[in-house]
Amino acid sequence: MKKEEIELIKDGKRLDGRGFEELRPIKIEVGVLKRADGSCYFELGDNKVIAAVYGPREMHPRHFQDAKMAVIKYRYNMAPFSVDDRKRPGPDRRSVEISKVSREALDPVIIKEYYPKTAIDVYVEVLQSDAGTRTAGINAASVALAAAGIPMKDLVSSVAVGKINGEVVLDLNAVEDNYGEGDMPVAMVARTNTITMLQMDGRFSQEEFERGLKLAATACSKIYELQRTALLERYSESIGEGEA
Amino acid sequence: MGFEIMEDIRKDYVYDLIGSGKRVDGRGFREYRAISVERDVIKRAEGSALVKIGETVVLVGVKLEPGEPFSDAPNEGVIMTNAELVPMASPDFEPGPPDENSVELARVVDRGIRGSKTIDLEKLCIEEGEKVWMVFIDIHVLDNDGNLVDAAALGAIASLLNAHIPNEKYGLSGESSLPIRDTPVAVTTVEIGGNILADPNLYEENAATSKLTVISNADGTLSGMQKSGSDGLKEEEVAEMVEIGIEKAGEIRERYLVT
Repeated sequence: MKKEEIELIKDGKRLDGRGFEELRPIKIEVGVLKRADGSCYFELGDNKVIAAVYGPREMHPRHFQDAKMAVIKYRYNMAPFSVDDRKRPGPDRRSVEISKVSREALDPVIIKEYYPKTAIDVYVEVLQSDAGTRTAGINAASVALAAAGIPMKDLVSSVAVGKINGEVVLDLNAVEDNYGEGDMPVAMVARTNTITMLQMDGRFSQEEFERGLKLAATACSKIYELQRTALLERYSESIGEGEA
Repeated sequence: MGFEIMEDIRKDYVYDLIGSGKRVDGRGFREYRAISVERDVIKRAEGSALVKIGETVVLVGVKLEPGEPFSDAPNEGVIMTNAELVPMASPDFEPGPPDENSVELARVVDRGIRGSKTIDLEKLCIEEGEKVWMVFIDIHVLDNDGNLVDAAALGAIASLLNAHIPNEKYGLSGESSLPIRDTPVAVTTVEIGGNILADPNLYEENAATSKLTVISNADGTLSGMQKSGSDGLKEEEVAEMVEIGIEKAGEIRERYLVT
């Protein structure tokens, strides 16, 4: 079976009926866990992820403390049942790398200087995956950090663009990711157009790359609005109840 | 504690110099340190290269062994890339299982080679579904003076270009040179105080808050990218970094990879 021969675009539409620049449906729920200081459930199409934030809290082991600022720890983890072939539990090389770039995607917006010597733990669990889990995780983690009351300069939003049948398209699903020609996950501070994560694999021309980045920026602005709305809805509600 | 203070002083020094248009080692902003690539340095490896970029030294060895293909690609060879930041290479490296930096290094190099389809994996099939060639690319960092990614990626492609398939060793016959179709080259730039610098040395790498590796191919297409560091980049900065990436990759390819 030749991978390249699979037709991913028919009559100008993708196999799931989306246009080239269309996101999958997104659902965001804030404060879904009781024990965590902040949490968020995030759905992107068939991806289901939960992010939880603990802290700022004491950093262990102590020698990892930073005397000047909080240390962000990010753990991206896939549940064994989240993928077609069971994933062996525990960190693998892929999740180690994703944890690193995701942490760095959020780092620029967190005001770490307020909490020296502490740790802020961000835990992301992928419960069901359908390509784009790291971006869903970052979106969820960003909201969970805000929900935990961590001082932040802004929210981070994330989405992937990819290439299928020679076309640059937004937000690949699993089939497109498997049979496509390239994938480029991006995270941005949407309001200032600042790129905080950028990865690429596959093959893109310089022009395709630039177009893809623009596409991602537009989508991140949309995701930002959804994240903001979800936070506002959650917290304006509880204030309202108190006053009534 | 003392080290942290020294680090801050160094960072200030790097910043101040760049502010006045200079780099710590006197290079231009887009200039690489001296590069050398020495191939076939390890007799026991099927391909190898010792790459130096300034005082950064990376040794890459390629080994091939017959093994089982993945079930979703029964007629394709397998690439496995691994990186070791050996303790002798820096006082900051410690023995133990691979940390996130070595995992990232290996995965970025791997991505460039995979994305460009550099190795024609179908030609590495020995018996469909049963036996294929496994290509192990092992990156051994010997001295870290910054920009390990570019050195490792250059070492990987240089070793692959020279590697042979050890048919006789396993009682097989067939083509002995590795089917290589492209020459991906990684170019790393950092942003320091609004300036973009190519090939950061260790001081610059520590002073920079964001770094972008751009991997590009012989035809100018991009086959891998990785941003790292704790700060964001503007779209224009990324565009400039990609521009430099493609330009420098062309120069490096021309000088060190054309055989």
